[in-house]
Amino acid sequence: MAHIQLKNITKTFGRHTALKDLNLDIEDGQFFVLLGETGAGKTTTLRLIAGLERPTSGQIFIDGVDVADWGTAERDVALVLQQYSLYPRYTVKENLEFPLKSKLRRVPDGEIKERVAKAAKTLRIEHLLERKTDRLSGGEMQRVSIGRAIVRKPRVFLMDEPLSALDAKLRESLRTELKDLQRRLGATFLFVTHDQIEAMSMGDMVGVLNHGRLVQTGSPKDIYDNPRDTFVASFVGSPPMNLIQGKLSKGRAVFAAKVFELPYDGAAKAGVTTDDRPLTFGIRPEDVALEADGPVEARVHDVENHGVEKIVTLKVGDATLRATAPARMPLEIDQDVRFGWNPQKVALFDRATGVSLRHAV
Amino acid sequence: MTSIELSGVQKYFGAVQVIKDMNLKIDNGEFIVLLGQSGCGKTTTLRAIGGLETIDEGDILIDGEPVQHLKAADRDIAMVFQSFSLYPHMTVFENVAFPLRATRTPRPEIDSRVREVARILQINHLLDKRPSALSGGDMQRVAIGRALVRKPKAMLMDEPIGALDAKLREEMRAEIKRLHLKQGSTTIYVTHDQIEAMSLADRIVIMHEGKLQQVGSPTDVYAHPSNLFVAQFVGSPVMNIADAEIRQVKGGASVALGGEDFDFPDKLIRQLDGAGAGKSLTIALGVRPEAVLVAHEQLSGYLPAEAHLIEPLGSYDIVDLNVGSQLLRARTRSGFVSRPGDKLWARIDPAQAHFFDKASGRSLGVRL
Repeated sequence: MAHIQLKNITKTFGRHTALKDLNLDIEDGQFFVLLGETGAGKTTTLRLIAGLERPTSGQIFIDGVDVADWGTAERDVALVLQQYSLYPRYTVKENLEFPLKSKLRRVPDGEIKERVAKAAKTLRIEHLLERKTDRLSGGEMQRVSIGRAIVRKPRVFLMDEPLSALDAKLRESLRTELKDLQRRLGATFLFVTHDQIEAMSMGDMVGVLNHGRLVQTGSPKDIYDNPRDTFVASFVGSPPMNLIQGKLSKGRAVFAAKVFELPYDGAAKAGVTTDDRPLTFGIRPEDVALEADGPVEARVHDVENHGVEKIVTLKVGDATLRATAPARMPLEIDQDVRFGWNPQKVALFDRATGVSLRHAV
Repeated sequence: MTSIELSGVQKYFGAVQVIKDMNLKIDNGEFIVLLGQSGCGKTTTLRAIGGLETIDEGDILIDGEPVQHLKAADRDIAMVFQSFSLYPHMTVFENVAFPLRATRTPRPEIDSRVREVARILQINHLLDKRPSALSGGDMQRVAIGRALVRKPKAMLMDEPIGALDAKLREEMRAEIKRLHLKQGSTTIYVTHDQIEAMSLADRIVIMHEGKLQQVGSPTDVYAHPSNLFVAQFVGSPVMNIADAEIRQVKGGASVALGGEDFDFPDKLIRQLDGAGAGKSLTIALGVRPEAVLVAHEQLSGYLPAEAHLIEPLGSYDIVDLNVGSQLLRARTRSGFVSRPGDKLWARIDPAQAHFFDKASGRSLGVRL
């Protein structure tokens, strides 16, 4: 159980700034996901909280206490990494017992037994307890690593891309297992990933990191519906949000040197008063509709078939747009189609700064 | 014009049989994708067609002629691999021209054919560069160019875009498809990525443990999987599979999952009888998340359900529902279910339900 706060954390490695003025508030019992590309500073954040690195400036609080002088053991956090780091010659049971057998902890034998049994049950690995870890599948190994964290009853679970090395199907099922586990334990999870699907599907809150800066924090829905800038807009969502340069003119969105335009009357609501301001228009593929009487003609460039639906890449002049289409809609490459958009769902970004006008107001 | 046929092909690596009685007819101009997990035999099959592997039994026919005894070079088939295998000391032009020079094609012809291929692949501006100066996508374009320049009877591709990053993979996938539409050459393409298979193929060939599982159009394979393996391999999130007890009831059929009875049309009983599903058969019901229908109020045919977990994925949500003791994953509009624990109503769309013989895994071919 823990409430974690990072205040104005900056971390530099030589001349490289890994984290810049980071503020983070993770509530007790929350599943918090830090999302970012490689090198964004996600792992550094985890290591700072775990006490494996010291911040260059700023403070870290666990349950309101500044932990600057606390060692890793005192912070009592559990780290689960992408690499399983299990003891290969030990059985699953021995691996689970190991953290409790440390002289520092002095956990009585009876309790060790109890905690291991409970963790095994929670993770559904009871049938594997006597097996050596080198005889396990990737998913089983990751469950055991998580089990090793659970038995310690740490204040907080720090997870660094624990699912990234697994294949797609396994990742899909472990995603829900992990989320379910966190809810049952009621524990605080800080989960780090570069995979936006993991972030969206598991997080109560998601923080998006870009080059060491926290760009946006919010619920998955909030981040998806209302991205703070074009970075978040194009990073969260698969396929990503369409971003097209254009400007407003007399209640219409005009794109790419007037190659095409679409109706847009939300300017007043969005706080844009002037026409002709250079903008980037954002629209999610599910809000672009292929329809026979749509206002704009486009050519089908590619069709990605997901079975349940199709994702169509459209070309209008040099501009590329993605739209989702029903699975049964017949679509051929180089076919001419017409499309429109849902003006209610359009996001406007300042072209120079990339910041959403909604957030700038 | 190139058709390819595999007839009774068997292949062993030592004691392990890696291709089990493979029969497949590929028409001229078709784009065929061999889809399966690693180790399923798809690459071995491709290499056998290309002449890079021998086979132990059966025939491989190209345009009706058995070729299993011919060397790779004599089959007139081009191959593209995941690793680009370009010659680092040669320019792009020389790399593409290499197969023609090897066959002593006259210079002017080499020149015109390389330029023609370069135009199609949009690598004209790179012809004087060396491979080390190219991006991954451009290197793969050059590798494809080198394969195309010979005007081969068929193109065989083994995960050609597997090593590229996601964005480039998407771009190259579109290019490969367009190239095929333009050239029309018979193509066999190996991948483990089901989206790639669904997006590229005229027909998908799904393999598992050396055995062909199903051959069909992407729509066919998705909508009518022939067995449990295909049902769970194609589609994401994975299809729900549950043990079902089916009884005839007044005015229809009842399908019991986790102790709850779903109403199904009468036709179900007739079709199951027709499929020879006697009483002794254990039946598994398969239903994709989009075919689990969810409502906030009680509608006819809907059963009480409780939301267990919600995965918001942006444009839609995946909701884990408890219906009786059965867990069903449903795909809903984004935000449709607000929180875990919500009481809901759920139904299975009979038109999108699949019935399998649990023991053999085979589909019972029910279409409602």
